[in-house]
Amino acid sequence: MGLMDLTAVELGKKIKAHEVSVIEAVMEAIAAIEEKDGMLGCFVTVAKEQALERAKTVQRQIDEGILTGPLAGVPVAVKDNMCTEGIRTTCSSKILENFVPGYTAEAVAKLEAAGAVILGKTNMDEFAMGSTTETSAFGVTRNPWNPQHVPGGSSGGSCAAVAAGECSFALGSDTGGSIRQPSSFCGVTGIKPTYGTVSRYGLIAYGSSLDQIGPVAKDVTDCAVIMETIAGHDTKDSTSIPRDSYDFVSALEDDVKGMRIGLPRDYFSEGLDEEVKTAVYKAAETLREKGAVVEEFDLGLVDYAIPAYYVIASAEASSNLERFDGVKYGHRAKEPEGLHNMYKMTRSEGFGPEVKRRIMLGSFVLSSGYYDAYYLKALRTKALIKKEFDKAFETYDIILGPTAPTTAPKLGESLSDPLKMYLGDIYTISVNLAGLPGISLPCGTDSRGLPIGLQLIGDCFKENNIIRAAYAYECSRKEQEG
Amino acid sequence: MEHIISDDTIDYVGILAKLELSPEEKQQAKKDMGRMLDYIDKLNELDTEDVEPMSHVFSSVNVFREDIVTNSDEHEKMLANAPAVKDGSFKVPKTVQ
Repeated sequence: MGLMDLTAVELGKKIKAHEVSVIEAVMEAIAAIEEKDGMLGCFVTVAKEQALERAKTVQRQIDEGILTGPLAGVPVAVKDNMCTEGIRTTCSSKILENFVPGYTAEAVAKLEAAGAVILGKTNMDEFAMGSTTETSAFGVTRNPWNPQHVPGGSSGGSCAAVAAGECSFALGSDTGGSIRQPSSFCGVTGIKPTYGTVSRYGLIAYGSSLDQIGPVAKDVTDCAVIMETIAGHDTKDSTSIPRDSYDFVSALEDDVKGMRIGLPRDYFSEGLDEEVKTAVYKAAETLREKGAVVEEFDLGLVDYAIPAYYVIASAEASSNLERFDGVKYGHRAKEPEGLHNMYKMTRSEGFGPEVKRRIMLGSFVLSSGYYDAYYLKALRTKALIKKEFDKAFETYDIILGPTAPTTAPKLGESLSDPLKMYLGDIYTISVNLAGLPGISLPCGTDSRGLPIGLQLIGDCFKENNIIRAAYAYECSRKEQEG
Repeated sequence: MEHIISDDTIDYVGILAKLELSPEEKQQAKKDMGRMLDYIDKLNELDTEDVEPMSHVFSSVNVFREDIVTNSDEHEKMLANAPAVKDGSFKVPKTVQ
């Protein structure tokens, strides 16, 4: 068994015990990247020299007893929408093709402070807009389970890199399901934390009221440990929320006795693949056998989340992406006539079709005459959706359902019909609108051998409920597999 | 309701979005936006008359701090990515005749 088959925590333990050196771990990850990534395309940028240099420093700090945490020396991949000082950060867009940030995102800085070694930056849908990682300006990422299929998105590079053993763990970001859906498609575990838990400082913004950074890893334990490392109040992000507790590891208990679990009927109805349905019901049954109280209930408003999301996310994107004007960084059109033309030409050349589509829609719904009918209407709908979840969490500790209606589609099947692609986010999107934490973890494979994802949703600040249930389920699954 | 997006609307949105679309892109954009708006109209099924718009999930209060400089001078770092620089400033095409 190679070092990249170990979980991040297992590898961290071996490094701490001096059974493995940091250099060995990083070299093995880089060897895996060099062997597989030409075909899979998980990475946009591999920072080999920086990683090897950093590995030496981290090893010294471990030897000197300065670094003692569980992630010290462990190689990590970072989604390419988080700024990394000295390492190119593209958002998988032509407009940022040559952008090398002068500072590092807070979540990444926290990982570095804990001794994790950054291997490079992972591919994504351009500006995180997409569900397949096919809208990247730097080529598609392929699913390691079957390279004819997409890895999901937008954090497709991060999830595929973890699944392929090209890193020990990764960071992703989730605006409408962008950590959970590719985790589901790639058979890995990913958490979207409660809004405001992980600082967005240095995360290139898409939909600011929805974006959260979170872990992508091989198991629930890794996710809890990574959460503890990256979460925290940050005065540099005005939407960062000081929490009473940042302890997630103590929730790793194989005990769901008395836990109340609700299955929304609408999450199991029309549009859900039969094999996915069967696997998710079976997972619910496993938790029932372990003592949880499992019931079906009506969540309500499920069908309104996607239209509300596309209004809100596009509106925020159109505003956030105004900064890409060719003045301060990124691509600039050659020899434009005048300033206004420079803006227009730069943006028209630099953005891909899906980004343009959302900027246009966002500009429209915010424009005078349509603002009330579309934007405010969507914000009112969001309030109603939040209320539905509040009501559900009066009765249930967690909500259980599928992460996505299907397993990974084939490459090229989704982009021809954007609306259809958007519908694939039906179970994940409302979680972002309501600011809730959600986890996706593997619960089996379909008849084609593609992974199926189980989603657990918690109330705000109640990550520990979903972590505990996910851990208990994972323990049973490991026992079954022997 | 079925949305037909006019050329004027697409041109206007192009101005707002600061995007210059080719004739083919415009045709596609008209189609895409019309379809999205048809879909978004589903929200009109909901009675939201007495519902306050929710921009942030948590009661959003402005976060203030004292106006004290805490970062160091990062002038050089800021300019390092600029497509064009002159005399320590961002250089842009002439804006005033």
